[in-house]
Amino acid sequence: MKGMTIIVKKTTQLIAGMVFMYGIYVIVHGHLTPGGGFAGGVIMAGSLILITLVNGGDFLKLIKEESGTTIIESLATILVITIAVSGFLFGTKIFFNNFLPKGIVGHLISAGVLPLYNIFVGTEVAASIFIIFLSLIIFKEESKE
Amino acid sequence: MNPLIPLFVVIPLAGAFLIMIIGRFIEEFNKYFTSLVLLFLTCISFYFLFITGENIFVYKVGGWEPINSVPIGIYMVMDGFTVIVVCIINLIGFLSAIYSISYIKRYTAGNYFYALFCLMIGGMNGVVLSGDLFNIFVFLEISVISSYALVAFGVESNELEASFKYQILGGLASFLILFGIGFIYWETKTLNIADIKQAFSSGYNKTTYLFIQILILSGFGLKAAIIPFHAWLPDAHSSAPSPISAMLSGIFIKAVGIYVIIRLFFNMFAVSEGMAVLITTLGTISMVIGVFLAIGQWDIKRLLAYHSISQMGYVVMSVGIGMILLSRGAKSEIVSLAIAGGLFHLINHAAFKGLLFLNAGAIEYTTGTRNLKEMGGLAKSMPVTSATSFIASMSISGVPPFNGFFSKLIIIIAAIMAKFYLLAALAVLVSIITLASFLKFQRYAFFNKSANPKNQNIREVPFPMVFSMVILSIICILLSLLVIPEIRHTILSPAIDVLTDHLKYSNSILVQ
Repeated sequence: MKGMTIIVKKTTQLIAGMVFMYGIYVIVHGHLTPGGGFAGGVIMAGSLILITLVNGGDFLKLIKEESGTTIIESLATILVITIAVSGFLFGTKIFFNNFLPKGIVGHLISAGVLPLYNIFVGTEVAASIFIIFLSLIIFKEESKE
Repeated sequence: MNPLIPLFVVIPLAGAFLIMIIGRFIEEFNKYFTSLVLLFLTCISFYFLFITGENIFVYKVGGWEPINSVPIGIYMVMDGFTVIVVCIINLIGFLSAIYSISYIKRYTAGNYFYALFCLMIGGMNGVVLSGDLFNIFVFLEISVISSYALVAFGVESNELEASFKYQILGGLASFLILFGIGFIYWETKTLNIADIKQAFSSGYNKTTYLFIQILILSGFGLKAAIIPFHAWLPDAHSSAPSPISAMLSGIFIKAVGIYVIIRLFFNMFAVSEGMAVLITTLGTISMVIGVFLAIGQWDIKRLLAYHSISQMGYVVMSVGIGMILLSRGAKSEIVSLAIAGGLFHLINHAAFKGLLFLNAGAIEYTTGTRNLKEMGGLAKSMPVTSATSFIASMSISGVPPFNGFFSKLIIIIAAIMAKFYLLAALAVLVSIITLASFLKFQRYAFFNKSANPKNQNIREVPFPMVFSMVILSIICILLSLLVIPEIRHTILSPAIDVLTDHLKYSNSILVQ
């Protein structure tokens, strides 16, 4: 059995989901409370890193995950740019224009495109921090041999 | 608001991430896509060159209008000076991208190369177009971090060492710049360059002001590799893949270094004589010392890298002379002549130094060495490389009728008219030593008898590389047309007007 002891594993299994949920909470409430895309993305990446470290195993097999995460990261960035450009296409022809209806201040669905930016920035940050972590552990494993 | 302005940043950024996704599934997508993107950007940058003229276009990102005439949004500014730098960034970038189509076969991971390439272009366009200090910093970091990765692209030990050195000094520079920006924000409570100018003109704390100027000058001086800050440049520029060296030397140090220094010291700070003398001195020192460091080199790319320091010294010195004269309230003709010389040399340097690095890359591509002593007799086997590098060498050494001659002539005439006889004499001397070192390059690389038997069956480089080199050498010859007063007037005068008229920039931005 690879990785850490069963106690650590069980605790992590309980915690990691909650950490991930908390990251999502910070992201979707980004336009209402402190935090937002970046902070929430880092929290989400934290839960992923926790699971990877605790379960251990053969890190070299993670190369597949690394390339998948790269695609998610690039896709999130392109979506951010797409929303920015769609401000260009709809309405006043201004880049980064907030073209959706603003809603009522304080409601979860309000502030136009800001929550969408937060969601994609959060995905991007989570993916890129996870990639950095994966590259480092894969490199460490490779240099051992 | 001209809707095309943000495209200079959006298209390369989107292109970089599209390459990372689609390039995985379609081979060869990255090469042609990058070239197409840069061709499009070159077209719209030349479109702006024709329509800008005396106008100053302002683009408010997100449509945030100023409140009580205080700018609150992010401003992108396109004026006469910006448009020149944008044109050379995208043109040299396009030719380097074409050149890389063949050159990149030496490396694996083409997707990463082209994605970083696009990010670097996007970052540089952003630095040049941005109208506020913090976005200058953000885009500077985008382009600088991608250049760290590109310098280390070959992952040999010397490349990693060069990249590490570059990262340390680049990180220091970013720290100094951010510290300076922080102080400016503390003093003026704003980050928009035009607004800062207004805030400074209504009074400031003298000590803090001087401290900010020194921080900004040393921070961007590190990026521009002016002499006391030059240590990273020869290693970084010679270790990078050749198209990237052409980009770094041809446009990178101008866009993130010289451009920002000129822009901030003319349009944001009030022109003061002390600072102007300091800038001129730094320029003169790097002009003289750079060439003496260069002449002893036997590695072609190191030789070219040291010459970049020296030629940038010409630009900084000439603009500095203009600044001194401006602070003394001298005649406006001499001021504009000095600044015109500097800007003209900046454009010329992008063309011939880009070409020289592409030549060096072609030589390295065929012979596999960068050491001048191991080459020789390449003129017969590589006629195009030989001819184009002859044009570039004569341009950089200031031999008529190539472009370098005219810009150096204007700089020397301006220095004499401003009664800086010593600087004029030094400029002539440095030009002669430059000629000597490029004659050495020509002799050992192309005309000497080959000592190495391997060099017998060398053939010319593939078509994309030849194409870029030929186009750049044509540009080198055509740029000498800028010396004709009418053409110079239409292209350089708007830039000079923006720089010399110290209120025009801030007033016309804040009005819009």
